This record gives sequence, structure tokens and C-alpha cells, in this order.
Amino acid sequence: MSIQEKIAARAVAHIPAGAVVNLGIGIPTYVADHLPLDSVALHTENGLLGVGPTPGPGEADPDLVHAGKQPVTARPGASYFASSASFAMIRGGHVDVAVLGALQVDATGRIANWAVPGKPVLGVGGAMDLLVGARTVIVTTTHTAKDGSPKIVDKATYPLTAQRPVDVVVTEAATFRARDGGLVLTELADGIDIDWVRAHTDAPFAVELDTSRAAARA
Amino acid sequence: MTPKRRSAADAVATIRPGATLMVGGFGLVGAPLTLIEAVRTHSDAHNLTIISNNLGEPGRGLGRLLLDGLVRKAVGSYFTSNPDVVRAHQEGSLAVELVPQGTLAESIRAGGAGIGGFYTRTGLGTPLTAGCEERVIRGTRYVLQESRRADVALIRAKTADELGNLTYAKTARNFNPDMATAADLVIAEVDEIVPVGTLDPEAIVTPHLFVDVLVLSERVSA
Repeated sequence: MSIQEKIAARAVAHIPAGAVVNLGIGIPTYVADHLPLDSVALHTENGLLGVGPTPGPGEADPDLVHAGKQPVTARPGASYFASSASFAMIRGGHVDVAVLGALQVDATGRIANWAVPGKPVLGVGGAMDLLVGARTVIVTTTHTAKDGSPKIVDKATYPLTAQRPVDVVVTEAATFRARDGGLVLTELADGIDIDWVRAHTDAPFAVELDTSRAAARA
Repeated sequence: MTPKRRSAADAVATIRPGATLMVGGFGLVGAPLTLIEAVRTHSDAHNLTIISNNLGEPGRGLGRLLLDGLVRKAVGSYFTSNPDVVRAHQEGSLAVELVPQGTLAESIRAGGAGIGGFYTRTGLGTPLTAGCEERVIRGTRYVLQESRRADVALIRAKTADELGNLTYAKTARNFNPDMATAADLVIAEVDEIVPVGTLDPEAIVTPHLFVDVLVLSERVSA
């Protein structure tokens, strides 16, 4: 299992049955592979509620794609709508869960995921709308950048995507909840201890490990 | 023949230098590729401002207009996937106005609905809403975003009837129904034009009063 798949699999545990879920580009796209599609409804901002599995070879419909522009199918009960209606769903609080990627997460749980300082800023997509509108936001990210530096930082050096903190931060090593303006470490991945997380996390965090989930797995 | 039906070349002939065009599509999905090809060969179509979610893909769809040097400014939400846009922007030949996708869609919807602007939380506290008026409504902070209109909208639908009522295909709908409401001249590229009364009134997404001209798609390969 790749590191991205591992993060996605860990994130799925935070998506309740029956939820309307929007998946961002990047690691979140892997979440679809781990979700029971008969118990959630996938929303894609280009105008489809009820995204189904990837079509088989030769079965792709050029008029049927998700927001990452890859071919998808539509499940029974699916509906199509215009972009303005799709974002009315998002901003209006009708999407239960958004799963997004991040370049940085700050100590309050706010994320930066649309611009890199010094590089031309030419893409934002629906990230800012999803962050202000989805009822619950789960951010999926590798714990560290490619150079090994922490991505969960005290103060973001990249421009923030929104003022609203996310609800849950899932990495391959740990899960945090954003609460009362700070981060709380709630889960450790198998084989990871708190010392590893402290060494690879720049932001301060409280620790309230949720033992019930680990106990259920054992 | 119906009054609204034209060739692609005739349909785009009124586009003037410096015009603002809305062009439907999410990447190439739901993009009016026949109309875009016609714009390329219309000599007055240059120094254009294009309002579209992306600027096509490299060398495809609107990406071709960019390579032809016909686009002065692009207004949209996501251009990162087209390296030609990044290059043209860095060279200074292309102005880019980056807009969150939901704000883009709503600004077009509002423009077509006779609304001057709207307050949204999207982009609050980011550079994309710098300088915009803020207001607290029911205890929540919002920023004012102005609506958008265009001289011409080029849209892609699936089936039209002879009046110009439109249906769409799956996720090829995207921005097309919104743009169909928000331009002085609306040109719809369609796969077929059927007699009045053929389309189920419940299935019509864009009523004919929004549509000025119909063009049969040549199904230009993307």
C-alpha cells in the first residue's frame, strides 16, 4: 500500500455512513477506493451527486468525469446539475464531509493548499468554497514534506486557504482534531509513537489518544 | 431551417476585437469545440477576455486560442494544469484573474439574473478578496463579490429544439446553463436540433429565451 493509500484508508474511518462527501484532488481521490459507495453519496463539484466507480476499459464516457477530470460512472439515484447549483450545495452547508489535501496545516488547524510563495498563483478550484461550506472538513496530508520538514507547523508560511480551521488532520502517522484553537493528537498509526510525532510536528499539540478505536482494531 | 440556426462561422462573426467571451466547459468536457475553432478563423477575434473555468488544455480547446495569441486576459479558477497559461502569464502576454470556482459560478449566475453582486464567505481573509467590502450578516463575516456578464457566451449543450430549448449531457453541463443567461449574445453548440414539442418540458434545463443562435456541432475531436 502506497503512503497515499495508507492516509486515505485512515481518513475513511472519520466519514460516517450516509454522509454526502466531496473528495478533493490528490490524496483524497484515493479515499473513494476505500469508501463503501452504497452507504455514502459522493459529490463532485463539476456537477454530479452519486459518483460511482471508475469505468472498465473501453467504457469511459467523455461527458462523465469527476473534478480531477478523470472518467467516472454514475450510481443509481445520481443527479446532474450546473456549477452554480453545485456550489450552492457546497457553500450552503449541504455537503457533510469534504476531504482535502494540504501543503501546510497551522497550529489552529487552518490549512494552506492553493499557493506556494514565489511561484505563480494560477489555480484555486473549489478549495476555498469547500473549506467555508462543508460541515466537516478532513485534511489528508503526508506528515512531512519531501525534504523531511514538518507540514504541520506553528505558523503557516504559505497563504491560507480560509480562516476556518479543519476538523480532522490525517497523516500516515497520526490523526489530530482541531479544537478550541489548537490541535489534539487523537490517534497514532501502528508502529508510530508520540516521540516520533513530536519530532516531526512543528506545531504544539495536546494529546488525548482515542483508545477505543485501537481497542476495536485489536 | 430555423431562424436561430447558423453556421459556426456566421454565429461568431459579430465578435469584435477586445470582446469578453464566456466559454462553457470544465477542461474540455462540455466545451464548445466547434465554436472555438470558428473563433480561431474569425479575423476580428483578438485581444479577447475569456471567462471560463480553465483555459482548455495545452493546444486543445481554448488552449488553442491562447497559442494563437488571441487571448489578452483569462478569468477562471484553475489554470495550473496548462503549462502554456503559466508560461504566457510569466512572459506578461496573458493577464490572469483567479477566482474561486464557486464564486465564479455564482458571479455568472448573478450576472444573468440581474443582480449586481453578492456576499460570500469564500475567499475571506485571502489575497483573492483583498480590498473587497466586508459585511457581517447574522453574525457571520462575508465579502462582496461583483457579478459578471459577457458580450458573447459560447456554450455546449446536447440537444436543442428549433426554439432553442436545451438539454445537456451528464457532467458536460457544468458552467453552460449559467453562462447561457449572462451574455448579450448566446450561441449554443448542440449535437442535434429536434422539432418543437419533441423535448420533454421537464427535461429542458435552459429555456429558449436565453438562447440566440444554434450551431450544429462538428464534434471536433478534442
